[in-house]
Amino acid sequence: MLTTSITSTDLLFLLQGAWTTILLTLWAMLLGTAGGVICGLLRATLPRATLPLAWVLDAFRSVPLLIQFVLFNSLKSIAGLDWSAFSVACAVLGVYAAAYCTEIVRSGVLAVSPNVRRAGRSLGLNYWQDLRYIVMPMATRIAFPGWLNLTLSVMKDTALVMWIGIVELLRASQIIVTRIQEPLLVLCIAGLIYYFISLVVARLGNQLEKRWQEND
Amino acid sequence: MIEIENVHKSFGDLDVIKGVSLTVNKGEVVSIIGGSGSGKSTLLMCINGLEVIQQGSIRVDGTEVHNKATDLNRLRQKIGIVFQQWNAFPHLTVLENVMLAPRKVLGQSRAEAEEVAVRQLTHVGLADKLKVFPGKLSGGQQQRMAIARALAMSPDYMLFDEATSALDPQLVGEVLDTMRMLAEDGMTMVLVTHEISFAREVSDRVAFFRNGLVHEIGTPEQVLVSPQYAETADFLKSVL
Ligand SMILES: Nc1ncnc2c1ncn2[C@@H]1O[C@H](COP(=O)(O)OP(=O)(O)OP(=O)(O)O)[C@@H](O)[C@H]1O
Ligand SMILES: [Mg+2]
Repeated sequence: MLTTSITSTDLLFLLQGAWTTILLTLWAMLLGTAGGVICGLLRATLPRATLPLAWVLDAFRSVPLLIQFVLFNSLKSIAGLDWSAFSVACAVLGVYAAAYCTEIVRSGVLAVSPNVRRAGRSLGLNYWQDLRYIVMPMATRIAFPGWLNLTLSVMKDTALVMWIGIVELLRASQIIVTRIQEPLLVLCIAGLIYYFISLVVARLGNQLEKRWQEND
Repeated sequence: MIEIENVHKSFGDLDVIKGVSLTVNKGEVVSIIGGSGSGKSTLLMCINGLEVIQQGSIRVDGTEVHNKATDLNRLRQKIGIVFQQWNAFPHLTVLENVMLAPRKVLGQSRAEAEEVAVRQLTHVGLADKLKVFPGKLSGGQQQRMAIARALAMSPDYMLFDEATSALDPQLVGEVLDTMRMLAEDGMTMVLVTHEISFAREVSDRVAFFRNGLVHEIGTPEQVLVSPQYAETADFLKSVL
Protein backbone atom coordinates (compact mmCIF):
# COMPACT_ATOMS: atom_id res chain seq x y z
CA MET A 1 0.00 0.00 0.00
CA LEU A 2 2.73 2.48 0.98
CA THR A 3 5.17 1.35 -1.65
CA THR A 4 6.05 3.84 -4.31
CA SER A 5 8.34 3.76 -7.28
CA ILE A 6 9.31 7.42 -6.95
CA THR A 7 13.09 7.70 -6.68
CA SER A 8 15.43 10.30 -5.30
CA THR A 9 16.39 11.10 -8.88
CA ASP A 10 12.74 11.97 -9.51
CA LEU A 11 12.68 14.25 -6.50
CA LEU A 12 15.83 15.95 -7.70
CA PHE A 13 14.19 16.35 -11.10
CA LEU A 14 11.22 18.03 -9.42
CA LEU A 15 13.49 20.37 -7.50
CA GLN A 16 15.25 21.30 -10.72
CA GLY A 17 11.86 22.11 -12.17
CA ALA A 18 11.09 24.20 -9.11
CA TRP A 19 14.33 26.10 -9.59
CA THR A 20 13.31 26.90 -13.16
CA THR A 21 9.96 28.12 -11.84
CA ILE A 22 11.74 30.37 -9.35
CA LEU A 23 14.12 31.73 -11.99
CA LEU A 24 11.26 32.44 -14.39
CA THR A 25 9.32 34.22 -11.66
CA LEU A 26 12.36 36.28 -10.66
CA TRP A 27 13.08 37.39 -14.21
CA ALA A 28 9.45 38.05 -15.01
CA MET A 29 9.00 40.17 -11.89
CA LEU A 30 12.29 41.98 -12.46
CA LEU A 31 11.29 42.94 -16.00
CA GLY A 32 7.68 43.44 -15.01
CA THR A 33 8.47 45.71 -12.09
CA ALA A 34 10.93 47.81 -14.05
CA GLY A 35 8.48 48.17 -16.93
CA GLY A 36 5.55 48.65 -14.57
CA VAL A 37 7.24 51.43 -12.60
CA ILE A 38 8.13 53.33 -15.76
CA CYS A 39 4.76 52.85 -17.47
CA GLY A 40 2.84 53.36 -14.21
CA LEU A 41 4.55 56.67 -13.49
CA LEU A 42 3.91 57.80 -17.06
CA ARG A 43 0.27 56.77 -16.82
CA ALA A 44 -0.17 58.60 -13.53
CA THR A 45 1.53 61.82 -14.60
CA LEU A 46 0.39 62.05 -18.24
CA PRO A 47 -2.94 60.20 -18.34
CA ARG A 48 -4.05 61.68 -21.67
CA ALA A 49 -0.83 61.41 -23.63
CA THR A 50 -0.26 57.82 -22.55
CA LEU A 51 -3.73 56.54 -23.43
CA PRO A 52 -2.37 54.47 -26.35
CA LEU A 53 0.05 52.84 -23.94
CA ALA A 54 -2.92 51.89 -21.78
CA TRP A 55 -4.61 50.21 -24.75
CA VAL A 56 -1.51 48.17 -25.56
CA LEU A 57 -1.12 47.08 -21.95
CA ASP A 58 -4.82 46.23 -21.81
CA ALA A 59 -4.26 43.84 -24.70
CA PHE A 60 -1.46 42.11 -22.82
CA ARG A 61 -3.65 41.78 -19.76
CA SER A 62 -6.67 40.42 -21.56
CA VAL A 63 -5.20 37.93 -24.06
CA PRO A 64 -4.60 34.59 -22.31
CA LEU A 65 -0.96 34.05 -21.53
CA LEU A 66 -0.91 30.75 -23.40
CA ILE A 67 -1.82 32.49 -26.64
CA GLN A 68 0.85 35.10 -26.00
CA PHE A 69 3.50 32.40 -25.56
CA VAL A 70 2.58 30.60 -28.74
CA LEU A 71 2.21 33.80 -30.75
CA PHE A 72 5.49 35.23 -29.58
CA ASN A 73 7.22 31.93 -30.22
CA SER A 74 6.05 31.82 -33.85
CA LEU A 75 6.79 35.53 -34.27
CA LYS A 76 10.27 34.85 -33.05
CA SER A 77 10.83 32.26 -35.79
CA ILE A 78 9.40 34.59 -38.43
CA ALA A 79 11.55 37.51 -37.28
CA GLY A 80 14.56 35.20 -37.19
CA LEU A 81 15.38 35.98 -33.59
CA ASP A 82 17.78 33.51 -32.08
CA TRP A 83 16.28 33.46 -28.59
CA SER A 84 16.24 30.45 -26.31
CA ALA A 85 12.85 29.22 -25.10
CA PHE A 86 13.81 30.49 -21.66
CA SER A 87 14.40 34.04 -22.96
CA VAL A 88 11.08 33.94 -24.79
CA ALA A 89 9.37 32.80 -21.60
CA CYS A 90 10.98 35.59 -19.57
CA ALA A 91 10.08 38.21 -22.16
CA VAL A 92 6.43 37.19 -22.44
CA LEU A 93 5.97 36.77 -18.70
CA GLY A 94 7.83 40.04 -18.13
CA VAL A 95 5.56 42.01 -20.44
CA TYR A 96 2.51 40.34 -18.95
CA ALA A 97 3.65 41.23 -15.43
CA ALA A 98 4.53 44.76 -16.55
CA ALA A 99 1.01 45.25 -17.86
CA TYR A 100 -0.44 44.38 -14.45
CA CYS A 101 2.29 46.16 -12.52
CA THR A 102 1.59 49.37 -14.45
CA GLU A 103 -1.91 49.52 -13.02
CA ILE A 104 -0.65 48.74 -9.53
CA VAL A 105 1.97 51.51 -9.70
CA ARG A 106 -0.43 53.97 -11.31
CA SER A 107 -3.06 53.62 -8.61
CA GLY A 108 -0.37 53.72 -5.92
CA VAL A 109 0.98 57.02 -7.23
CA LEU A 110 -2.50 58.49 -7.57
CA ALA A 111 -3.29 57.48 -4.00
CA VAL A 112 -0.55 59.76 -2.63
CA SER A 113 -2.35 62.77 -1.21
CA PRO A 114 -1.92 65.87 -3.40
CA ASN A 115 -1.79 67.93 -0.22
CA VAL A 116 1.27 66.07 0.98
CA ARG A 117 2.94 66.57 -2.40
CA ARG A 118 2.03 70.22 -2.22
CA ALA A 119 3.65 70.48 1.21
CA GLY A 120 6.80 68.97 -0.28
CA ARG A 121 6.84 71.38 -3.19
CA SER A 122 6.21 74.29 -0.84
CA LEU A 123 9.50 73.47 0.90
CA GLY A 124 11.34 73.94 -2.38
CA LEU A 125 11.62 70.31 -3.49
CA ASN A 126 11.54 70.20 -7.28
CA TYR A 127 9.36 67.85 -9.31
CA TRP A 128 11.88 65.01 -9.32
CA GLN A 129 12.78 65.34 -5.66
CA ASP A 130 9.08 65.23 -4.80
CA LEU A 131 8.77 62.07 -6.89
CA ARG A 132 11.87 60.47 -5.44
CA TYR A 133 11.54 61.31 -1.74
CA ILE A 134 7.80 61.60 -1.23
CA VAL A 135 5.72 59.99 -3.96
CA MET A 136 7.79 56.85 -4.55
CA PRO A 137 8.17 55.79 -0.91
CA MET A 138 4.52 56.47 -0.15
CA ALA A 139 3.26 54.81 -3.34
CA THR A 140 5.48 51.78 -2.71
CA ARG A 141 3.79 51.15 0.62
CA ILE A 142 0.37 51.52 -0.94
CA ALA A 143 1.13 49.36 -3.98
CA PHE A 144 3.09 46.64 -2.23
CA PRO A 145 0.26 44.20 -1.35
CA GLY A 146 -0.95 44.30 -4.96
CA TRP A 147 2.57 43.72 -6.18
CA LEU A 148 2.98 40.74 -3.86
CA ASN A 149 -0.23 39.23 -5.21
CA LEU A 150 1.05 39.71 -8.72
CA THR A 151 4.28 37.89 -7.84
CA LEU A 152 2.36 34.90 -6.54
CA SER A 153 0.07 34.77 -9.52
CA VAL A 154 2.96 35.11 -11.97
CA MET A 155 4.67 32.23 -10.22
CA LYS A 156 1.67 30.01 -10.91
CA ASP A 157 1.39 31.31 -14.47
CA THR A 158 4.96 30.23 -15.18
CA ALA A 159 3.51 26.72 -15.52
CA LEU A 160 2.27 27.72 -18.96
CA VAL A 161 5.80 27.90 -20.35
CA MET A 162 5.71 24.12 -20.75
CA TRP A 163 3.89 24.81 -24.00
CA ILE A 164 7.04 26.21 -25.51
CA GLY A 165 9.12 23.33 -24.30
CA ILE A 166 10.51 24.41 -20.95
CA VAL A 167 10.53 21.95 -18.11
CA GLU A 168 9.50 23.76 -14.97
CA LEU A 169 7.93 22.35 -11.85
CA LEU A 170 4.53 21.34 -13.28
CA ARG A 171 5.97 19.89 -16.47
CA ALA A 172 8.55 17.99 -14.44
CA SER A 173 5.85 16.40 -12.34
CA GLN A 174 3.87 15.46 -15.45
CA ILE A 175 6.89 13.70 -16.89
CA ILE A 176 7.29 11.69 -13.69
CA VAL A 177 3.58 10.91 -13.52
CA THR A 178 3.67 9.54 -17.05
CA ARG A 179 6.47 7.22 -16.10
CA ILE A 180 5.50 5.95 -12.65
CA GLN A 181 1.70 6.39 -12.88
CA GLU A 182 1.26 7.81 -9.42
CA PRO A 183 -0.38 11.16 -10.17
CA LEU A 184 -1.76 11.78 -6.71
CA LEU A 185 1.56 11.50 -4.92
CA VAL A 186 3.58 13.39 -7.49
CA LEU A 187 1.13 16.23 -7.85
CA CYS A 188 0.87 16.50 -4.08
CA ILE A 189 4.62 16.89 -3.86
CA ALA A 190 4.60 19.47 -6.66
CA GLY A 191 1.75 21.31 -4.96
CA LEU A 192 3.65 21.34 -1.69
CA ILE A 193 6.68 22.83 -3.41
CA TYR A 194 4.52 25.59 -4.94
CA TYR A 195 2.97 26.18 -1.57
CA PHE A 196 6.34 26.38 0.09
CA ILE A 197 7.68 28.93 -2.42
CA SER A 198 4.54 31.05 -2.01
CA LEU A 199 4.83 30.82 1.73
CA VAL A 200 8.36 32.15 1.70
CA VAL A 201 7.43 35.01 -0.62
CA ALA A 202 4.36 35.91 1.41
CA ARG A 203 6.28 35.76 4.69
CA LEU A 204 9.01 38.05 3.42
CA GLY A 205 6.37 40.43 2.13
CA ASN A 206 4.43 40.42 5.38
CA GLN A 207 7.54 41.19 7.35
CA LEU A 208 8.22 44.21 5.18
CA GLU A 209 4.62 45.36 5.50
CA LYS A 210 4.68 44.95 9.24
CA ARG A 211 7.80 47.06 9.49
CA TRP A 212 6.00 49.80 7.52
CA GLN A 213 2.82 49.49 9.52
CA GLU A 214 4.62 50.07 12.80
CA ASN A 215 5.19 53.57 11.54
CA ASP A 216 1.58 54.42 10.99
CA MET B 1 8.31 92.57 1.30
CA ILE B 2 5.36 90.86 -0.36
CA GLU B 3 3.59 93.07 -2.91
CA ILE B 4 0.29 91.76 -4.22
CA GLU B 5 -1.15 93.93 -6.97
CA ASN B 6 -4.57 93.58 -8.51
CA VAL B 7 -4.44 89.77 -8.53
CA HIS B 8 -7.16 87.83 -10.32
CA LYS B 9 -7.44 84.08 -10.03
CA SER B 10 -10.07 81.70 -11.30
CA PHE B 11 -10.59 77.96 -11.40
CA GLY B 12 -12.21 77.44 -14.79
CA ASP B 13 -15.33 79.58 -14.78
CA LEU B 14 -15.18 80.24 -11.06
CA ASP B 15 -13.62 83.61 -10.22
CA VAL B 16 -12.10 83.17 -6.80
CA ILE B 17 -9.89 86.24 -6.45
CA LYS B 18 -11.13 89.33 -8.21
CA GLY B 19 -8.49 91.99 -7.90
CA VAL B 20 -6.72 91.80 -4.58
CA SER B 21 -3.96 94.23 -3.65
CA LEU B 22 -2.06 93.87 -0.42
CA THR B 23 1.43 94.72 0.76
CA VAL B 24 3.14 92.92 3.62
CA ASN B 25 6.19 94.72 4.91
CA LYS B 26 9.26 93.15 6.42
CA GLY B 27 8.60 92.18 10.04
CA GLU B 28 4.89 92.73 9.73
CA VAL B 29 2.16 90.29 10.77
CA VAL B 30 -0.93 90.50 8.59
CA SER B 31 -3.99 88.41 9.36
CA ILE B 32 -6.61 87.52 6.81
CA ILE B 33 -10.11 86.73 7.99
CA GLY B 34 -13.22 86.06 5.98
CA GLY B 35 -15.94 83.54 5.23
CA SER B 36 -15.49 80.12 3.74
CA GLY B 37 -14.78 80.20 0.02
CA SER B 38 -13.72 83.85 -0.03
CA GLY B 39 -10.35 82.89 -1.53
CA LYS B 40 -8.03 83.15 1.48
CA SER B 41 -6.25 79.82 1.01
CA THR B 42 -6.04 80.37 -2.71
CA LEU B 43 -4.28 83.70 -2.20
CA LEU B 44 -1.65 82.09 0.05
CA MET B 45 -0.96 79.43 -2.58
CA CYS B 46 -0.57 82.13 -5.20
CA ILE B 47 2.05 83.88 -3.07
CA ASN B 48 4.50 80.98 -3.32
CA GLY B 49 3.46 79.92 -6.80
CA LEU B 50 1.59 76.72 -5.88
CA GLU B 51 -1.31 78.18 -7.86
CA VAL B 52 -1.05 80.27 -11.01
CA ILE B 53 -2.79 83.63 -11.37
CA GLN B 54 -4.61 85.01 -14.39
CA GLN B 55 -3.95 88.70 -13.92
CA GLY B 56 -1.96 91.10 -11.76
CA SER B 57 1.36 90.50 -10.10
CA ILE B 58 2.89 89.20 -6.90
CA ARG B 59 6.42 90.21 -5.97
CA VAL B 60 8.41 88.79 -3.09
CA ASP B 61 11.50 90.86 -2.31
CA GLY B 62 11.14 92.30 -5.78
CA THR B 63 11.04 88.90 -7.51
CA GLU B 64 8.05 88.40 -9.74
CA VAL B 65 6.51 85.10 -8.57
CA HIS B 66 4.39 84.48 -11.66
CA ASN B 67 7.05 84.92 -14.23
CA LYS B 68 8.29 81.98 -16.28
CA ALA B 69 11.89 83.01 -15.66
CA THR B 70 11.53 82.82 -11.89
CA ASP B 71 13.04 79.81 -10.18
CA LEU B 72 10.08 78.89 -7.99
CA ASN B 73 11.90 76.15 -6.11
CA ARG B 74 14.42 78.73 -5.07
CA LEU B 75 11.82 81.33 -4.17
CA ARG B 76 9.91 78.83 -2.04
CA GLN B 77 12.97 78.30 0.11
CA LYS B 78 12.35 81.65 1.72
CA ILE B 79 8.57 81.31 2.03
CA GLY B 80 7.44 78.76 4.57
CA ILE B 81 3.82 77.67 4.48
CA VAL B 82 1.81 75.71 7.02
CA PHE B 83 -1.48 74.23 5.94
CA GLN B 84 -4.68 73.49 7.76
CA GLN B 85 -4.07 69.78 7.29
CA TRP B 86 -0.55 69.33 8.62
CA ASN B 87 0.54 67.08 5.74
CA ALA B 88 3.31 65.16 7.44
CA PHE B 89 5.44 62.84 5.30
CA PRO B 90 4.15 59.64 6.91
CA HIS B 91 7.06 57.44 5.85
CA LEU B 92 9.67 59.60 7.59
CA THR B 93 10.33 60.14 11.29
CA VAL B 94 9.70 63.55 12.80
CA LEU B 95 13.41 64.35 12.55
CA GLU B 96 13.59 63.14 8.95
CA ASN B 97 10.49 65.15 8.03
CA VAL B 98 12.27 68.28 9.14
CA MET B 99 15.66 67.33 7.66
CA LEU B 100 14.46 66.37 4.19
CA ALA B 101 14.25 69.77 2.53
CA PRO B 102 17.37 71.29 4.13
CA ARG B 103 19.36 68.29 2.91
CA LYS B 104 17.91 67.89 -0.56
CA VAL B 105 17.11 71.51 -1.39
CA LEU B 106 19.78 73.44 0.49
CA GLY B 107 22.35 70.67 0.19
CA GLN B 108 23.19 70.64 3.88
CA SER B 109 25.18 67.75 5.30
CA ARG B 110 23.40 65.26 7.52
CA ALA B 111 25.04 66.70 10.62
CA GLU B 112 24.20 70.28 9.71
CA ALA B 113 20.59 69.46 8.87
CA GLU B 114 20.20 67.40 12.01
CA GLU B 115 21.49 70.20 14.19
CA VAL B 116 19.05 72.68 12.67
CA ALA B 117 16.17 70.19 12.84
CA VAL B 118 16.79 69.34 16.49
CA ARG B 119 16.96 73.03 17.33
CA GLN B 120 13.69 73.79 15.54
CA LEU B 121 11.91 70.77 16.99
CA THR B 122 13.09 71.68 20.47
CA HIS B 123 11.82 75.20 19.87
CA VAL B 124 8.31 73.88 19.16
CA GLY B 125 8.47 71.45 22.09
CA LEU B 126 9.01 68.18 20.22
CA ALA B 127 12.52 67.36 21.41
CA ASP B 128 11.35 64.02 22.80
CA LYS B 129 9.65 62.93 19.55
CA LEU B 130 12.58 63.00 17.11
CA LYS B 131 12.56 59.30 16.25
CA VAL B 132 8.79 58.92 16.26
CA PHE B 133 6.73 58.59 13.09
CA PRO B 134 4.09 61.28 12.51
CA GLY B 135 1.26 58.76 12.65
CA LYS B 136 1.96 58.43 16.37
CA LEU B 137 1.62 62.16 17.07
CA SER B 138 -1.44 64.15 18.07
CA GLY B 139 -2.80 66.73 15.64
CA GLY B 140 -1.25 69.57 17.58
CA GLN B 141 2.12 67.85 17.63
CA GLN B 142 1.95 67.16 13.89
CA GLN B 143 1.10 70.78 13.25
CA ARG B 144 4.02 71.95 15.38
CA MET B 145 6.23 69.55 13.44
CA ALA B 146 4.98 71.11 10.21
CA ILE B 147 5.94 74.52 11.58
CA ALA B 148 9.41 73.29 12.53
CA ARG B 149 9.74 71.72 9.08
CA ALA B 150 9.02 75.05 7.43
CA LEU B 151 11.29 76.95 9.81
CA ALA B 152 14.21 74.59 9.20
CA MET B 153 14.56 76.18 5.77
CA SER B 154 15.22 79.52 7.53
CA PRO B 155 12.45 81.26 5.59
CA ASP B 156 12.07 85.03 5.57
CA TYR B 157 8.30 84.70 5.39
CA MET B 158 5.81 82.36 6.98
CA LEU B 159 2.30 81.81 5.65
CA PHE B 160 -0.21 80.06 7.90
CA ASP B 161 -3.45 78.75 6.46
CA GLU B 162 -5.86 78.12 9.32
CA ALA B 163 -3.13 76.28 11.13
CA THR B 164 -5.37 75.52 14.09
CA SER B 165 -8.80 74.91 12.61
CA ALA B 166 -8.42 71.15 12.19
CA LEU B 167 -7.33 70.73 15.79
CA ASP B 168 -9.22 69.74 18.90
CA PRO B 169 -9.86 72.82 21.03
CA GLN B 170 -7.44 71.76 23.74
CA LEU B 171 -4.63 71.50 21.19
CA VAL B 172 -5.17 74.91 19.63
CA GLY B 173 -3.32 76.73 22.40
CA GLU B 174 0.00 74.96 21.90
CA VAL B 175 0.07 75.80 18.19
CA LEU B 176 -0.95 79.41 18.78
CA ASP B 177 1.85 79.69 21.35
CA THR B 178 4.31 78.57 18.71
CA MET B 179 3.00 81.14 16.27
CA ARG B 180 3.04 83.86 18.92
CA MET B 181 6.69 83.05 19.59
CA LEU B 182 7.46 83.54 15.90
CA ALA B 183 5.65 86.86 15.78
CA GLU B 184 7.63 88.05 18.78
CA ASP B 185 10.86 87.00 17.04
CA GLY B 186 9.98 89.43 14.27
CA MET B 187 9.07 86.92 11.57
CA THR B 188 7.12 88.38 8.64
CA MET B 189 3.86 86.47 8.61
CA VAL B 190 0.58 86.18 6.81
CA LEU B 191 -2.03 84.35 8.87
CA VAL B 192 -5.30 83.10 7.57
CA THR B 193 -7.22 82.49 10.75
CA HIS B 194 -10.57 82.17 12.45
CA GLU B 195 -9.03 82.89 15.85
CA ILE B 196 -10.17 86.50 16.10
CA SER B 197 -8.70 87.22 19.52
CA PHE B 198 -5.38 85.75 18.47
CA ALA B 199 -5.40 87.85 15.29
CA ARG B 200 -6.11 90.91 17.36
CA GLU B 201 -3.24 90.15 19.70
CA VAL B 202 -0.43 89.41 17.21
CA SER B 203 -1.36 91.25 14.01
CA ASP B 204 -0.11 94.60 12.84
CA ARG B 205 -2.91 94.68 10.30
CA VAL B 206 -6.01 92.65 9.61
CA ALA B 207 -7.66 92.18 6.23
CA PHE B 208 -11.25 91.07 5.88
CA PHE B 209 -11.84 89.05 2.68
CA ARG B 210 -15.21 88.90 1.02
CA ASN B 211 -16.11 87.50 -2.39
CA GLY B 212 -12.51 87.43 -3.58
CA LEU B 213 -11.76 91.01 -2.57
CA VAL B 214 -10.18 92.79 0.38
CA HIS B 215 -13.34 94.28 1.82
CA GLU B 216 -11.74 96.07 4.71
CA ILE B 217 -8.18 96.41 5.95
CA GLY B 218 -6.57 98.23 8.85
CA THR B 219 -5.19 97.83 12.35
CA PRO B 220 -6.74 95.13 14.52
CA GLU B 221 -8.62 97.80 16.43
CA GLN B 222 -10.05 99.35 13.27
CA VAL B 223 -11.17 96.11 11.66
CA LEU B 224 -11.96 93.87 14.60
CA VAL B 225 -13.24 96.31 17.20
CA SER B 226 -14.87 99.11 15.26
CA PRO B 227 -15.30 97.92 11.70
CA GLN B 228 -16.31 100.43 9.08
CA TYR B 229 -18.55 98.14 7.06
CA ALA B 230 -21.65 96.24 8.04
CA GLU B 231 -20.38 93.07 6.27
CA THR B 232 -17.29 93.03 8.46
CA ALA B 233 -19.34 93.45 11.58
CA ASP B 234 -21.72 90.68 10.48
CA PHE B 235 -18.84 88.33 9.84
CA LEU B 236 -17.29 89.07 13.21
CA LYS B 237 -20.60 88.42 14.88
CA SER B 238 -20.88 85.08 13.11
CA VAL B 239 -17.49 83.79 14.27
CA LEU B 240 -17.45 85.10 17.80
N1 LIG C 1 -8.19 73.40 -6.94
C1 LIG C 1 -9.42 73.97 -7.05
N2 LIG C 1 -10.19 73.73 -8.13
C2 LIG C 1 -11.39 74.32 -8.25
N3 LIG C 1 -11.92 75.16 -7.36
C3 LIG C 1 -11.20 75.44 -6.27
C4 LIG C 1 -9.91 74.87 -6.06
N4 LIG C 1 -9.42 75.33 -4.89
C5 LIG C 1 -10.37 76.16 -4.39
N5 LIG C 1 -11.42 76.22 -5.21
C6 LIG C 1 -12.62 77.06 -5.00
O1 LIG C 1 -12.20 78.39 -4.82
C7 LIG C 1 -12.98 79.03 -3.84
C8 LIG C 1 -12.09 79.64 -2.79
O2 LIG C 1 -11.45 78.62 -2.10
P1 LIG C 1 -10.44 78.89 -0.90
O3 LIG C 1 -9.97 77.55 -0.44
O4 LIG C 1 -9.42 79.86 -1.31
O5 LIG C 1 -11.42 79.55 0.18
P2 LIG C 1 -11.08 79.93 1.65
O6 LIG C 1 -11.33 81.38 1.77
O7 LIG C 1 -9.74 79.45 2.05
O8 LIG C 1 -12.20 79.16 2.45
P3 LIG C 1 -12.09 78.32 3.81
O9 LIG C 1 -12.24 79.31 4.92
O10 LIG C 1 -13.27 77.40 3.75
O11 LIG C 1 -10.79 77.61 3.82
C9 LIG C 1 -13.94 77.99 -3.30
O12 LIG C 1 -15.20 78.20 -3.92
C10 LIG C 1 -13.36 76.68 -3.75
O13 LIG C 1 -14.38 75.76 -4.02
MG1 LIG D 1 -9.01 77.86 3.26
